[in-house]
Amino acid sequence: MPKIKLAENTIQIIKDICSEFNHSEGELINVLHKVQHTLGYLPAEVQEVIARELKTSVAKVYGVVTFYSFFTMVPKGEFPISICMGTACYVRGAEQVLSEFKRQLKVEVGESTGDGKFSLNCLRCVGACGLAPVVMVGEKVFGRVSPTQVKQIIAEYREGCATEPAKSA
Amino acid sequence: MTDYKIHLLICGGTGCKSSESDEIKKSLKYWIDEANLKEEAQVVLTGCFGFCEKGPIVKVLPDNTFYVEVKPSDAEEIVKEHLLKGRPVQRLLYKDPHTNQQISDSKGMDFYKKQMRIALRNCGFINPESIHEYISRDGYMALGKCLTELTPEETIKEVKDSGLRGRGGGGFPTGLKWEITRNSEADQKYVVCNADEGDPGAFMDRSILEGDPHSVIEAMAICGYCIGADKGLVYIRAEYPLAIERLTTALRHAREYGLLGNDILGTGFNFEIDIRLGAGAFVCGEETALIHSMEGLRGEPTFKPPFPSVAGYLGKPTNVNNVETFANIPVIINKGAAWFSEIGTEKSKGTKVFALAGKINNVGLIEVPMGTTLREVIYDIGGGIKDGKEFKSVQTGGPSGGCLTKDFLDTPIDYDNLLAAGSMMGSGGMIVMDEDDCMVSIAKFYLEFTLEESCGKCSPCRIGNKRLHEILEKITKGYGEEKDIERLKLLSNVIKDTSLCGLGQSSPNPVLSTIANFEDEYLAHVQEQRCPSGQCKALLKYEIIEDLCTGCTLCFRNCPVGAITGERRQPHYIDQSLCIKCGACYEKCKFNAIKLS
Ligand SMILES: Cc1cc2nc3c(=O)[nH]c(=O)nc-3n(C[C@H](O)[C@H](O)[C@H](O)COP(=O)(O)O)c2cc1C
Ligand code: SF4
Ligand code: SF4
Ligand code: SF4
Ligand code: FES
Ligand code: FES
Repeated sequence: MPKIKLAENTIQIIKDICSEFNHSEGELINVLHKVQHTLGYLPAEVQEVIARELKTSVAKVYGVVTFYSFFTMVPKGEFPISICMGTACYVRGAEQVLSEFKRQLKVEVGESTGDGKFSLNCLRCVGACGLAPVVMVGEKVFGRVSPTQVKQIIAEYREGCATEPAKSA
Repeated sequence: MTDYKIHLLICGGTGCKSSESDEIKKSLKYWIDEANLKEEAQVVLTGCFGFCEKGPIVKVLPDNTFYVEVKPSDAEEIVKEHLLKGRPVQRLLYKDPHTNQQISDSKGMDFYKKQMRIALRNCGFINPESIHEYISRDGYMALGKCLTELTPEETIKEVKDSGLRGRGGGGFPTGLKWEITRNSEADQKYVVCNADEGDPGAFMDRSILEGDPHSVIEAMAICGYCIGADKGLVYIRAEYPLAIERLTTALRHAREYGLLGNDILGTGFNFEIDIRLGAGAFVCGEETALIHSMEGLRGEPTFKPPFPSVAGYLGKPTNVNNVETFANIPVIINKGAAWFSEIGTEKSKGTKVFALAGKINNVGLIEVPMGTTLREVIYDIGGGIKDGKEFKSVQTGGPSGGCLTKDFLDTPIDYDNLLAAGSMMGSGGMIVMDEDDCMVSIAKFYLEFTLEESCGKCSPCRIGNKRLHEILEKITKGYGEEKDIERLKLLSNVIKDTSLCGLGQSSPNPVLSTIANFEDEYLAHVQEQRCPSGQCKALLKYEIIEDLCTGCTLCFRNCPVGAITGERRQPHYIDQSLCIKCGACYEKCKFNAIKLS
């Protein structure tokens, strides 16, 4: 992964968050949540700063970041697309919906499109099983999605006529 | 509830929120203002009503009118007709599918008739963001009773006598766990609420936290009093923003009312609760992993004993209970152990909440007394199988559970019966499958989940499950052989016997139970390279029957990859090398001219 030089104020943001949690190693996960919420993702350089601030090893921070699927080391797309692959959605055809998204966007799960517009991910049960299969774009939930609707959903965002831009974190 | 004469309760559960319940709230407010009813009618966003299938739901009190599938544009009519003229909007009422009669009170609906709500008692009845409403339904009365009338020992005895068992999956007797933690000597102890809810396809715990957060707070304080802890932690999935928000609000209100903090109700008892966020790892639902995660570490399980009750969070005795387990506690204290233990079966007392989903008419959140049969749940409450298809299987226990056949439909649901049937209670996911579901694929689906979620600490689980998955992959691709079934069984049993934690120990269950109950499907795959339900795409072929094709071009226009060719009014043709087997043509053809083979 190419080295990114962090801007001074980014480093300050991270330091402030660490102070907020008393530089306590036990608060590592909370720190990571907050930093990811603020910066959008957790690249290696950010992890180095956190490790220094919490007086722990980069290996430990990396170990934790990579253990939990909620944390990501790559930036998400402007419109993160998540397909629910919970059981209820699966038995109602989520897999076909997923493969149609992959085909249309030409990306695999966990990747972003070249223009940075879309990223594709799976998640497990968003609690709207009544609407299965469910797709989320940012915070917006699309229910009872069929493979034939996929194109239209993407177009809605690609052309920028989405009702509101989805949040990235 | 206070001065308002009319209350409009709108479901703010995740399902309904996804279908614009916020918009509905806004519209209703707008029309209420327009009609000058601001002083009389109040609009409240509640937790899930349970009947998610028919959401968004709006309930009007005091007359108990239950509107289903409401749209923001219906708000005007509800206000003008119902609130102003007293004429309920007929077209928004639930229609009984058998009698075709409209039912306006939820009590009359089949979906609610056989339910009994203890853990979900307040969900859909109160505004979860109002502590007043919780208190007005006997909220915090149990805490008051324990602190002022009962000793910790007496309280524990009450919980023990009730027969309550853990709702997080294991079914360990709750009172006994509290007693063990109480008897562990230490300067500091902790109460932990497990709100990780990892079962993919389940949403019970989040619904309780979204709909009735105070019941969990109250119960945790009672638990703290019993075991001698002054600190509680709720470990909750970061993917549940609404539940986190509601819980945070509830904690703030409880502190403001002196129901948390120092010297609660003037009794000298101190208790505080903090929230810890999970970060998307199923294994963190396992209690030792959960504790490590709260300590800021990778959520890897460790060997038990020592149990958390003896050495848990930061090495101190820690009582871990599930959200639903806690939600039962205040009722048990208020109504008494004798009342609670009347409900249910001999060894499983009380009720259980299930997230009923899959190929069923009434998807939703239900709560039934233990001992209710699967048939009652699926047919009476669930309204039967979707689209008139044939029932095939019901899966309970999530990735640790099993798939049961129609032979088990009359089994009364309780911990022991489900276990004996080769599945388990689990935390309450209940997925119904129909004739179109391939059981080999289902087993593979669960294993994919396990593979992703295995923490990798021990080899049987990390490597063994991978091998299981490879064999299943081979079978669904049409390369399986008969010996593979034996291999699956052997490997499964090794993984079960040798894995470190509950995840590995139960991960082969979906494989073993599908082999036991649906061996013929496995055999069809390996002997004839045939998938009886047509789910395994590699074994499928879509073909157009020339004689039946009218050349309407519908399939041609719907094929996403352009695999279909043909002239208008001429028989069409599918190019097998291009077809991705999406099934779109098959579904669209109105002349049954496309066959699956
Ligand atoms: C792999 C695995 C996942 C688990 N996931 C959960 C969960 O999501 N929620 C839960 O309450 N318990 C879960 N448990 C059970 C907990 O370890 C623990 O038994 C439970 O929280 C205890 O509470 P209870 O006695 O009230 O059920 C899981 C166990 C295992 C082995
Ligand atoms: S059984 Fe699986 S999840 Fe459990 S400790 Fe071993 S590798 Fe980790
Ligand atoms: S939809 Fe059916 S009838 Fe129409 S062209 Fe296709 S196969 Fe023929
Ligand atoms: S199954 Fe899908 S890809 Fe194949 S021919 Fe039909 S529509 Fe086209
Ligand atoms: S399984 Fe997809 S919303 Fe529940
Ligand atoms: S989310 Fe509205 S009824 Fe369940």
